[in-house]
Amino acid sequence: MTTSVPAPLAARTPPLAEPSAWHGISLIVNGRPVTAQVEARLLLSDFLRDRLGLTGTHVGCEHGVCGACTVLVNDEPVRACLTLAVQCDEVELRTVEGLAPADAPLTPVQRAFHECHGMQCGFCTPGFVMTTTALTEQDERPDEEQVADALSGHLCRCTGYRNIRRAVCQALDERFGE
Amino acid sequence: MKPTSFDYTAPSTVGEAVALLGDEEREAKVVAGGQSLIPMLNMRLARPELLVDITRIPELGRLHVDGSGKLRIGAAVRQARAAADGAVREGWPLLAVAIGRIGHPQIRHRGTVCGSLAHHDPAAELPTAAVCLDARFVITGPRGTRTVGAEDFFVATFSTAVEADELLTEAVFPPLPAHHGWAFEELTRRHGDFATVGVAVVLERDTATDTVRSARVVFCGAGPVPVRLPAVEDALVGTDVGEHALAAAARVALARLAPADDVHATAEYRREGAAHLLVRACTTAWERC
Amino acid sequence: MSHASDRDRSDQGNSNGTWIGRSVPRVEDDRLLRGNGRYVDDIALPGAVEAAFLRSPHAHARIESVDVTAALTAPGVVAVWTGDDVADLPAMLNKEELRTPPGLAALLDPLVRMTPMPLLARDKVLYVGQPVAVVLAENRYLAEDALELVEVRYAPLRVLVDPEHALGEDAVRLHEDLPDNTAVAVATRVGDPEAAFAGAHAVVSERFEAHRYVASPIETRAVSAQVDPYSGRLTVWSGTQTPHRLRDAIAHTLGLESATVHVIAADVGGGFGQKGILYVEELLVPHAARRLGRPVLWREDRNENLTASSHAREQIHRIELAADAEGRIVAVRDRITVNFGAYNMTGLVVPYNSLCHLLGPYRVPNVHIDVTGVLTNTTFATPYRGAGRPETVFAMERAMDRLAAELGIEPAQLRARNLVRPDEMPYATGLVDRSGSPQSYDSGDFPELLRRAVAKADVEGVRARQREGARDGKYVGIGFAMYIEATGLGPFETARIDVAPSGRVRLAIGAPSQGQGHRTSMAQIAADAIGVPFDVIDVVGGDTEATPFGVGTIASRALVNAGNATHRAGRLVREKIVEAAARRLGVDAGGLDLSDGIVRAGEPGGPSISLAELAGKAPLPGIPEPTDGRHGTEISETVHFRPPGFAVASGAHAAVVEVDEHTGEVEILHYVVVHDAGNIVNPMIAEGQVTGGIAQGIGGALYEEMVYGPDGQPRTGTYMDYLVPTSSEIPDLDMDEIFTPSPMNDLGVKGLGEGGAIAPQAVLAGAVEDALRPFDVVVRRGPLSPSRVRALIRAAADA
Repeated sequence: MTTSVPAPLAARTPPLAEPSAWHGISLIVNGRPVTAQVEARLLLSDFLRDRLGLTGTHVGCEHGVCGACTVLVNDEPVRACLTLAVQCDEVELRTVEGLAPADAPLTPVQRAFHECHGMQCGFCTPGFVMTTTALTEQDERPDEEQVADALSGHLCRCTGYRNIRRAVCQALDERFGE
Repeated sequence: MKPTSFDYTAPSTVGEAVALLGDEEREAKVVAGGQSLIPMLNMRLARPELLVDITRIPELGRLHVDGSGKLRIGAAVRQARAAADGAVREGWPLLAVAIGRIGHPQIRHRGTVCGSLAHHDPAAELPTAAVCLDARFVITGPRGTRTVGAEDFFVATFSTAVEADELLTEAVFPPLPAHHGWAFEELTRRHGDFATVGVAVVLERDTATDTVRSARVVFCGAGPVPVRLPAVEDALVGTDVGEHALAAAARVALARLAPADDVHATAEYRREGAAHLLVRACTTAWERC
Repeated sequence: MSHASDRDRSDQGNSNGTWIGRSVPRVEDDRLLRGNGRYVDDIALPGAVEAAFLRSPHAHARIESVDVTAALTAPGVVAVWTGDDVADLPAMLNKEELRTPPGLAALLDPLVRMTPMPLLARDKVLYVGQPVAVVLAENRYLAEDALELVEVRYAPLRVLVDPEHALGEDAVRLHEDLPDNTAVAVATRVGDPEAAFAGAHAVVSERFEAHRYVASPIETRAVSAQVDPYSGRLTVWSGTQTPHRLRDAIAHTLGLESATVHVIAADVGGGFGQKGILYVEELLVPHAARRLGRPVLWREDRNENLTASSHAREQIHRIELAADAEGRIVAVRDRITVNFGAYNMTGLVVPYNSLCHLLGPYRVPNVHIDVTGVLTNTTFATPYRGAGRPETVFAMERAMDRLAAELGIEPAQLRARNLVRPDEMPYATGLVDRSGSPQSYDSGDFPELLRRAVAKADVEGVRARQREGARDGKYVGIGFAMYIEATGLGPFETARIDVAPSGRVRLAIGAPSQGQGHRTSMAQIAADAIGVPFDVIDVVGGDTEATPFGVGTIASRALVNAGNATHRAGRLVREKIVEAAARRLGVDAGGLDLSDGIVRAGEPGGPSISLAELAGKAPLPGIPEPTDGRHGTEISETVHFRPPGFAVASGAHAAVVEVDEHTGEVEILHYVVVHDAGNIVNPMIAEGQVTGGIAQGIGGALYEEMVYGPDGQPRTGTYMDYLVPTSSEIPDLDMDEIFTPSPMNDLGVKGLGEGGAIAPQAVLAGAVEDALRPFDVVVRRGPLSPSRVRALIRAAADA
């Protein structure tokens, strides 16, 4: 058996007209190495979507309130719209596309959102899924207050949150036991 | 909602950072977590020509308790790390609680303690906690390093004692000695919002008389800076924090506070709310003494 | 009718099917959970330029000059256009929404004035956020850089924000070709309200205000377009709820044949009505794609969405109720003023919804309702989830509470005394419905809704707690609100079903989905109608190529219209399949049954054939066997379902709240909803729709308001100030339902997308007022922010 090296992920370059300085960054995105030229002002959310084609990370407000763009930077959920791509040199980054390979079943967190109907239009869902994934990766089960605190960092306009809370609870039960 | 064009650099020493900030050719701004700055960049309310990222300066990433027992938080220390730190939770619980009220974990993972202080939104929790805890601020610039007390640090809304060519390198919090009790109370519209109004209180108990020996009372959302009211503190000192003392302190707060209206609440609401929270906070703080 | 409160829907009596009535997990989810959603902004168009709009900073001003010289030289700029550059394009009108149905015109002769909106403002701007110029550049960053270089000189004019001021005689006119600022006006009368008021035992007279708030879908609006160089066809992706109307509007505006314009509403990240109308950006982006010969993308930012996409809800009701000594309502008068904002976008839709839903579930013999839509220097207001109903229910239910207080009757009791009874169905209100027919409630059991809500909410327990007095300054209160909703608005919706040679079934419907789960629920309907397994059905919606005709997903209409079209098309396809099988098997069609995708003879051991065999083994490979005598006919059917009338859904909400006297904070202790949407296709999805609607209602009741300063500047243009509730603010709900199938359609279904959003403002206002009874406050306006609640208490104390 040979160990395969993950193939690099190709990035588009800034438009030639871009007036601000370009910088090289190297990072790991969903387990794959990326080296890219980015303009200083490029938001991480736009880098992921427009340069890497990872459109699962959604942009809902661009001022850090709605949480749709939440991704994991070094395993911690952060706002991609409040992070500059240039600040992500040498980080390890995960997006919703990195959770379950195309041919693999959904992760327990993704499955919980499906089974509990914790999603309707699906636009805010990747953000919720990334935050919930981080909760399930903690060493100990987060208490109710921590879960509430984490979920309040996301807006959903469709579900009324009830089924999202159920989904998160199911995912935590599955990870930590009931 | 996209930033204007700027350049970016991540120096590895404070000296380099300060030199960059002092460059008269380019208007530079410090970025660490960016959780206050980047929304302003996206809305084009802040238009720097150069961003100086200080998170790659090793010494600014330190959080420690120094030889004299003071908590020193470097400018690149993230809020989540500070709030989770055992020493902070044990020795500076008011600070840990105030940090926990900042936004959401997704914000606190990137936002820094010093960034929130240097940004100085007067409705924010940290500036008020800092004044209440009598924090001191270490500022480095082309003219050297100076230390500023909390009450002199916050100048006006979104304005502090840090000059354009200077860098806030460290916030220093003195220890809370024995027989000191604390509380932080705030009213918010939603979970995680800035305070509509809030109060931080530290009371010291005179164990001989079982009365208040000293008090620090600071309000947020009540003016252009964290509002410390010595008159309220005076009203509490010497009392047993009983019903009458609390009512008297609340009356003073009502009379002295002059907050502003905004879309979330009237000035009147803030005044009343501050007075009400004061009673609650003093009660809690006294129980903790 | 049957009542079922548990999850077992087998007693709905609507069909012997196996899929309808089951909480089938959604087929949409897997793709969305893997990040493979395809919202407009996710669709890669190589070489696309991005549009950004220069928007007016003034609420009312004359444009003196626009200079784009500097902007044109900015890096990456492809084009900059002003009103002059697109002056040859006709101004925008939401034609369908502005049409007055002939019946309504004949009976009430409403005034509806047209205010076409220029694609880019030329002479005047009428609200903050109105598009004045558009920059097309290599990306959004560069486009925004160039926007700053467009120089516009404005001469400010007097600003009108208050609709009552805008009706004043000396008010400045927004549209100088109109005689005043009235956009629509309509009035109706039933019986002799003057006499009823004169003879009444009790009269309440109040002024209630529904405040302005917005749909705020988490996906903002977006539109992209490209011209295919091979066919010359124009393809447009838009997060729209009405793709067919958009297609026709684009064709009209650009002078094209509708057939050469293809509109696709792929994944849409929530709509709630805001994406159900036509916007100038949706016309300018396709125009730019044609003119530049490059794909063009516009993605709205949140500030634009909050300030410049449609607003909703702002109404003033001067309402009067007259009652006899027992609390039976003898008459209602209401003078409703609707703030339309700067343009008349949707005509009678909202005002008339308010008019014809005011009486709700109550029997009212004498009525006078007068509605005026007024133009002001604010962003235009259009239907948003509930569309005139939450506003009118707020007024009516608040008035009911005031009447209950006046008469000393328990509010739930007062409501019970006035409800239309099930044995009166179909019930004629005496009003005219939105389509111009006499208004009729087709079905419902309002007393049962209320009975269940009262029982769940434990009125007696709340009253007992109130008698004990406040605890720590916290006062408990209970509120009730009931509503009816005429759902399933026509004129029609289309379903087309095709059976592929593989035996898979493709269902195309006109209505797109913005999260309602059509791919699942419509497949359930089709599976039962045809007699095939659920998982052989593929559903396409919101694509004008898949169904050339369609209306859209608005007005709680998709399930009723597209659902019944699907059902009928499915039944017709089923007949064709059975006939084809009969010929193939050489037996009489009458003896055959189709279920689970297999056609079987009635008797055991008889011949059978699967749909895949039947469709696949056609005389020529891939060509199915003729089914109706014509050679080469496919197993395919298209049905346009035209609803004969409205399917009336209804509900009763109750809320128990605790109000903190000192902080003004309102905590919802218990929220009860009992609703009736007829037969339910997918209970899980239905419950999600109701829950989501209520969350938006709670947002409006307690948190959300789009605030304007007197200068016409919006003051809540970001998510820092416009407060959409988070999970922490929305409680779990206590839900129950009854099922009174609608006789207006085969499936017996009623719409339920909007219902949840209709009652929360009213019920929470009632609960807060009840809690604060010791202070004798009257809640006349929301949102009930802590500051506003404290102001009520203070004002009561000062009085």
